[in-house]
Amino acid sequence: MGKQTALYQTHVDSDAKIVDFGGWDMPLHYGSQIREHHAVRGDAGMFDVSHMTVVDLLGGGAKPFLQHLLANDVGRLKNPGKALYSCMLNESGGVVDDLIVYYRGEDNYRMVVNAATRDKDMAWITRHGKDFDLQIVERPELAMIAVQGPNARAKTLPLLPDSIRDACAALKPFTSAAGEEWFVGRTGYTGEDGFEIILPPDQAVNLWVRLAAAGVAPCGLGARDTLRLEAGMNLYGSDMDEQTSPLEAGLGWTVAWEPTERVFIGRGPLDALRSSGAEKKLVGLVLRDRGVLRNHQAVLAEGCGEGEITSGGFSPTMEKSIAMARVPACTGETCTVEMRGKHAEAQVVKLPFVRQGKVLIEV
Amino acid sequence: MSEVPSELKYTKSHEWIRVEDDGTLTVGITDHAQDALGDMVFVDLPEVGASFGAAEEVAVVESVKAASDVYSPVAGNVVAVNESLADSPDTVNEDCYGGGWLFRLRPEDDDLGGFMDADAYTEFTENED
Repeated sequence: MGKQTALYQTHVDSDAKIVDFGGWDMPLHYGSQIREHHAVRGDAGMFDVSHMTVVDLLGGGAKPFLQHLLANDVGRLKNPGKALYSCMLNESGGVVDDLIVYYRGEDNYRMVVNAATRDKDMAWITRHGKDFDLQIVERPELAMIAVQGPNARAKTLPLLPDSIRDACAALKPFTSAAGEEWFVGRTGYTGEDGFEIILPPDQAVNLWVRLAAAGVAPCGLGARDTLRLEAGMNLYGSDMDEQTSPLEAGLGWTVAWEPTERVFIGRGPLDALRSSGAEKKLVGLVLRDRGVLRNHQAVLAEGCGEGEITSGGFSPTMEKSIAMARVPACTGETCTVEMRGKHAEAQVVKLPFVRQGKVLIEV
Repeated sequence: MSEVPSELKYTKSHEWIRVEDDGTLTVGITDHAQDALGDMVFVDLPEVGASFGAAEEVAVVESVKAASDVYSPVAGNVVAVNESLADSPDTVNEDCYGGGWLFRLRPEDDDLGGFMDADAYTEFTENED
């Protein structure tokens, strides 16, 4: 038996299929992950993401520490509540993890990192934080519910505490509002509008049940994966890892190169790779033939070289198989994928595939 | 608890077999198998007329989770395939023993003694978990 979130019994009572995810017993789906996927694209769905790791960084050293730790620059955050997506790199410029950091004040930041990488992340953060004047406070007790979809905000707002409802209604994308106990970000991992709500565990079941009563569909990790794949959002451990540079994972936009005097961990190798030019790039693939693209299938770009699918699957929105693949930088508009001993044609496209319910690529 | 109809025979690779009145065998995947695989998104079926040996790969069912081979329970010729699955592979999830059948074989011989009945298959899947 793995670790369980405050909502575990609620999932079991809803006949969820439970799977292990990074040591946690989490819902894969509640019957049909495709139906859950469509609920998020067309209406509203909710995910228990309480397994994710919340870390508060407090004190005068928090800002200089994060400017050292992260490839993106928290110095860009000027208004309380603003969120920033960033990679945390190792000394070789590989990705230790990707995360979201919220600016709550000059001496108060909140980070949300991945569940499966919790132990190494905490060790890394603690080790590098020693030279700075700050407190690193993990918040494992907090629950987290993501509500996503075109109707997610409208269905969630009436259920939020009175004290923060107006502030949450006024949130712009990628900003957050906080009450005494609740913390609500207009963020997500699906390519749809919505909220991610961090709250005390003893209030999580109540919110979940009331959201369900408001017509928000419970969704599992299966739908979460196909939604983020369509949205072209990387999954740590699949699309990038400690051996992968953000520049070869489609994450160059998250690196703050300016100011050049800011020395963050991994900057040296990253600057060098930027000057020499990355040999690989992360692209989208749409399968032209029948079948389903899967992780680790080999990709052949004719006259250019070989690559690999980092995340493959079926897009319920497009009703086609799609993938993210790391391919040679010279890859053109088509490639061949080796699928179960056969060769299949795929079209190379710019990510994302889908945003806000709309297919963005032409096939 | 998955459904295991008593009139069918079962393989260890989770196919079900129904003996038709004309002696042909209809083959599909079990409720246990479709539940483990999750939502089906693609079914690759053989050509009618193709012949296969026993335990040979005949078809592929692909779900949101994985691709899975379907094996020929016995040697035989394919006399029909369920073409409606090309447009609605989810029928395999919804009605695996009915509308979700995969293909029909004319067997080279009619000995199905090596296959499990419903009780044996139920026990087999329980021990597998």
